[in-house]
Amino acid sequence: MIRAAGLDGVLVSFGDHLSEPANRAALALAAAVSRADIDGIEECAPSLVSVFLRFDPLHLGLDALINHLESLLSDRDWYAAPLPEGRRFIRVPTVYGTDLAPQLEEAAQAAALSVEEAVASLSKARVRVQTIGFAPGQPYLGLLPDAWDIPRQTALTKAVPEGALVVAIRQLVLFSVANPTGWRHVGQTALKLFRPESDTPFFLRPGDEVQFVQASPDVVARYADDPDGGAEIEVIR
Amino acid sequence: MSRALKVHRIAPGATVQDQGRIAYRAFGVSRGGAMDRLALAEGAALLGQPGDSAALELPGSGGVFEATEPLRIALTGAPMRATLDGAPLVWNASHAMPAGARLEIRGATAGSYGYLHVGGGFDTPVLLGARSAHLAAGIGAVVQAGDALPVGPDTRGDVGWTLPQDSRFEGGTLRLIISFQTDLFDAGTRDRFCETAFTRDARANRMGMRLNSDGEGFSASKGLNILSEAILTGDIQITGDGTPFLLLSESQTTGGYPRIATVIPADLPRAVQTSPGGTLRFTFVTRDAALAAEARMREQLRNLPKLRTPLVRDPAQMRDLLSYQLISGATAGDAPLQED
Repeated sequence: MIRAAGLDGVLVSFGDHLSEPANRAALALAAAVSRADIDGIEECAPSLVSVFLRFDPLHLGLDALINHLESLLSDRDWYAAPLPEGRRFIRVPTVYGTDLAPQLEEAAQAAALSVEEAVASLSKARVRVQTIGFAPGQPYLGLLPDAWDIPRQTALTKAVPEGALVVAIRQLVLFSVANPTGWRHVGQTALKLFRPESDTPFFLRPGDEVQFVQASPDVVARYADDPDGGAEIEVIR
Repeated sequence: MSRALKVHRIAPGATVQDQGRIAYRAFGVSRGGAMDRLALAEGAALLGQPGDSAALELPGSGGVFEATEPLRIALTGAPMRATLDGAPLVWNASHAMPAGARLEIRGATAGSYGYLHVGGGFDTPVLLGARSAHLAAGIGAVVQAGDALPVGPDTRGDVGWTLPQDSRFEGGTLRLIISFQTDLFDAGTRDRFCETAFTRDARANRMGMRLNSDGEGFSASKGLNILSEAILTGDIQITGDGTPFLLLSESQTTGGYPRIATVIPADLPRAVQTSPGGTLRFTFVTRDAALAAEARMREQLRNLPKLRTPLVRDPAQMRDLLSYQLISGATAGDAPLQED
């Protein structure tokens, strides 16, 4: 589905809920649009199951752009596209609960799990980076088991810190900078996802897989000087 | 000391800003850049320099500054009381700033964001392709007392230009275009949104502006479980408790709270310049009307250099105005006016 977004945006959606084929399709289409280098397109970025394009509406008409995208869409079966290459599996030490991640109990309750079940479920899950968004280098990760299909909070938490692990709608987000959020703060890591002065400013890429391994509460202090936050990194295949 | 602007005192939240970054949305970095792009363009036009020159963005109030070498400066955006060694400076104009002179910029008399531009632009470090501080992303930092902001080489010497004062500093009606989540709100809620007078919350920042109103909030039919989707600058997001937030320069790149509509780009300068407590209303326009507004805004930006007029009139043309001049006491300052 192709829809206008404001005056200068277009959203191509592959579904209205998160699924692996739709996520693959979004990543592959975004890469293809970037390669196609269409005159008038100024930005192109995948999100979970969609691709957002910003264009110059005085240079490239909305209808012309939609026609162009429709022909690109009919080129192939985007849902069967392979995941990006060079993916990695990353195990990140994570403190669940305590005063470092004060909403674990609340989130467990929303998921109808005991706190122990919640930690076991989250720390065992091997989740994939489905998109980077919201803040610099910040991943949306999923999918979690069905129990975690919990809504966002009605009010925003004023700020969670860098390295915070938050949960809602069967997804995790790992915060790259301190920010307000409507998701519940269940874990804390020492990982620095965004390193603006480095040659490789963004640590995670779409397609990478991550496990948030339970660690003791001193982990944040222990890895304070390690931008990788004690993570173990392994190339997938 | 090298060519720089020394900062003796500065308002909280002041940052160096240019056009921002457009290449990093896929990595979660929103464009950022000057809140009031029109003011950025006005400064470039007044100084006759490229539109991507970096300026100092002053939220609500200014500061006290001193140049290490003679500089050209321009003052744009929200009008603020400014003096150079005690002599008043006209806002929306360019001036000469001698080395060692004390530039003092006080609080805004209207609007929110004032801009101090320098000939040659601020030459602060380029990170991810731009000089803009992006506070929400952790790129760069606020400018603080004691800083010395490096200034790039200036290829020109002309000052004493002014641009017409604008009326975008008092709130008003902002034009909306539908977006892909508008239909999550029923027609009654959308109508009520457009019938409501909102006030800009005092806590607005570069990420967004909370819009306060009396009466009940504005909820979407299925609000809290939708997938996070791309955010455009100008989107009006409704949080879970029904409060609208106008998302601005440093908004997140994606978000999961539903958005009722998008303020058209041509009205964003008016939106960001609304004073704390100022009143804003909204009205939907068609895509064609929004395109026409966009074309007009770009023409206005292109024409800015032509709209410049000399701050001090040529004495040869002043004879008939001489008596007026004497009565008003509006003397020119002694900076020689050079032609383009």
